[in-house]
Amino acid sequence: MSTLAAPMPSSALDQDWRKVLRWGFICGGALIALCLVGMPVELDRREIIERYLSLGYLSVVLVPLVIGWVSASQVVLEGFESRKQGLFDLVTGLVVGVIGGGLLSLLMVALDTWNLRDPLVNWSPKLFRFLTYENGMGFGAGAWIVTCGVLGLAGASLHVVPRFARRIVATVIIGLLSLSVLEAAVSDVSEGFGLEWLTDLIYAKKGGLTLTSAFVVGAVIAVVAALTDGRVKAVTNRYRDMEGIERQKTSMILFAVVAVLCIVLPMFLGKIMNELLANVGLFLLLALGLNIVVGLAGLLDLGYVAFFAVGGYTTAVLTSPNSPWFAPELHFGFSLFFVVIFAIIVGLVIGAPVIRMRGDYLAIVTLGFGEIIRLLFMSDWLGPYFGGAQGITNVPGVDLGFAMVKGTDPRSVFYLVLFFSVIAIYVSWRLQASRLGRAWMAIREDEQVAEAMGINTVSAKLMAFVVGAVLAAFSGAVLVAKVGSVFPTSFMILISIIILVVVIVGGMGNIAGVMVGSFVLIGVLGGPKQPGLLQEFQNFKLLIYGMLLVFMMLKRPEGLVPSARRSRELHQEEFLQDAWLRGDKPGIDDDDDAAPLLVGDGGGEEE
Amino acid sequence: MSLLEIKDLKITFGGLDALSGLNFHIDEGEIVSVIGPNGAGKTTFFNAISGLVTPTEGDILFEDETIVGLDPSTVTSLGIARTFQNVRLFPNMTILENVMVAQHCRTSQLVYGALLQTKAFKREEREIRERAIEVLEFFGHRLVGYRMDQPAFALSYANRRRLEIARAMATQPRLLLLDEPVAGMNPIETAELTALVGRLRTEWGFTIIMIEHDMKVVRDVSDRVVVLDHGVPIAQGSYDEVSTNPDVVEAYLGRPVEAN
Repeated sequence: MSTLAAPMPSSALDQDWRKVLRWGFICGGALIALCLVGMPVELDRREIIERYLSLGYLSVVLVPLVIGWVSASQVVLEGFESRKQGLFDLVTGLVVGVIGGGLLSLLMVALDTWNLRDPLVNWSPKLFRFLTYENGMGFGAGAWIVTCGVLGLAGASLHVVPRFARRIVATVIIGLLSLSVLEAAVSDVSEGFGLEWLTDLIYAKKGGLTLTSAFVVGAVIAVVAALTDGRVKAVTNRYRDMEGIERQKTSMILFAVVAVLCIVLPMFLGKIMNELLANVGLFLLLALGLNIVVGLAGLLDLGYVAFFAVGGYTTAVLTSPNSPWFAPELHFGFSLFFVVIFAIIVGLVIGAPVIRMRGDYLAIVTLGFGEIIRLLFMSDWLGPYFGGAQGITNVPGVDLGFAMVKGTDPRSVFYLVLFFSVIAIYVSWRLQASRLGRAWMAIREDEQVAEAMGINTVSAKLMAFVVGAVLAAFSGAVLVAKVGSVFPTSFMILISIIILVVVIVGGMGNIAGVMVGSFVLIGVLGGPKQPGLLQEFQNFKLLIYGMLLVFMMLKRPEGLVPSARRSRELHQEEFLQDAWLRGDKPGIDDDDDAAPLLVGDGGGEEE
Repeated sequence: MSLLEIKDLKITFGGLDALSGLNFHIDEGEIVSVIGPNGAGKTTFFNAISGLVTPTEGDILFEDETIVGLDPSTVTSLGIARTFQNVRLFPNMTILENVMVAQHCRTSQLVYGALLQTKAFKREEREIRERAIEVLEFFGHRLVGYRMDQPAFALSYANRRRLEIARAMATQPRLLLLDEPVAGMNPIETAELTALVGRLRTEWGFTIIMIEHDMKVVRDVSDRVVVLDHGVPIAQGSYDEVSTNPDVVEAYLGRPVEAN
């Protein structure tokens, strides 16, 4: 195939200035927004590298670095040869950084001149002091323009340096930052393995890496990165290219390793990490249920939290001695039986009237039902039975005979959650490849045709609703056993939204995707009330969620780990093009002798 | 006894009579073509039979039982399957899945079987698959082999039409409604599909009602032709009778200008 060269700039100053200016303003806008959101000031207390860099400053300086990198990256069209990058791109990054820094300085001037504290809560002298390094405006402005310029330049220069160096630099930066930001988690894990001496060595007493340890650890990471360079990719590529039996075998081994890790690892982890894993599991359970409803059957259910609440309240009423109206104090295992029954009943009761609606209407009505359930539990009417706003407290844990699962022992909760998650994964996996699963897919594709092809859409959709409801109710039951109490406020609409975000970001319709989604969102960022690995960002969680969602919708709508089907759906054009390049010629009718030639191709588009 | 009998069928959309006073019957093993100019009510006729549209008046009897007011899925399970004029496959499901899913009303396994992987479930899955492949093989090598695992949107236009027929066949109908099966096909494909329609009757035992604009196809396969115009049947009979009927000529070509 002949390649065309992209247009070559004649000199380093022959820039597309509109583009540069645009990125500069984006950089400045991002910096100002970040400051006014209050992130830098709030995170300033947290040290990353003792005395030299706080998390607050880090959050600011990352902006020009990243935008510098992005602004200097070139768009290469397929079939075109990429341009050799050099001085030209460095100038782009530098100018973008300087413009960003300049705008930030303007913010400083504005902070000094006007007082807009009233609408903008974070418009404070504190922010001014943060930005000026307490050294006066002139110094602050100059410092920021220079820093941002240098960082923009640094970001852009990553395009220029050889790939090998770029990889090592990136690995070192990311490694050091995660090591420092995840300090609490790292200490927790190493404590479990009896490695406190190591963490004592690396981290300063007040938190953060010491300068020496930063250098030493950075060097270690660099060496490791240099040694493993390319190996990781080779291994994943090899896995991807495997076929048939070999691939199946490898997948089985991988699966076994993960299973063993899931069972063994928590024994070595401390409280914080186990708590975190238990939360991830709870949301994984919810997300797997919603994945059946939304991902497979295509029913956008925004009131999913209702079933979570039903599971929670059923367990609380049946097991707690404090249940105000009826307190049989059953064992958790017995109560599960009723949890399933009530989930099915509520699933049918909510599902039956709304299931005939389609698309947006269904979403709005389920949203309403989600709130109604919560308000019912809170109401005076049902107050005598479910405790109203006081909720039901003193729910006992799960007595397994040999062990007791309680919130105070997060490890046991994790195992309980793991047990239910395995059930949920199994259910999703089996149903996906069954008569019912195919019917759901058909309904998602074209409901009217599905009906004309003999699928009773109402009962099939109800079935999806009910299976989802049961999985959510399990999650609710575990939550209550873990927390030991239940309140209407635990079932806010936000939970429905967050579960949906987990499913979307992870990869709708794909079990592995949903797992990755809950690890990334709930594990790293944190759930609605539960802290994640990035505890410091607790207050900005929803902001980050929102940004992540927008970014994913624009750049990767099929999710982090998409199902083959869904990425095909979203990239039909590319799929057809690829098939055409391979010689399958879809879209063009085959004459009779063309097809046999292609039989050996195996149609291997699925990963 | 007629397999399908329609009595005084009237369908009104707002003030518009899409169909009025249609009487129709088809016997077991017949192939009947429905023709007529655009907007004559042919597709509405199909929609009424398959349950997508409820008639305003009149009755539709399938094997002497009324099917008016039944869900489309129930109608399909009674043994009436259809294709659509503007091909409506499940584009993101594979070709095999498209045909497998159409056997929904002939199979019964639900959550329980799938979760416990019962013997009955496995047997049924195997049967669904075998039957799907059998149906696909009716169209030669085009839809089987590596193609089976490709998404339906990757198919060529003619193959999509074929797949749609295959999907209707998989519901195991007695009466097959084909809505313009050869629309948009080239002459070679048209000739081939015409032969296939004949084989659908002889090999699979389907009774067929076909809407078609291609008069050559209509002539070659149909036992009887019904002509609709403005929702009213204006002629019925063999192709030769109908094609020379002055009313039909007028409906298609208009009235000759009267010389004064």
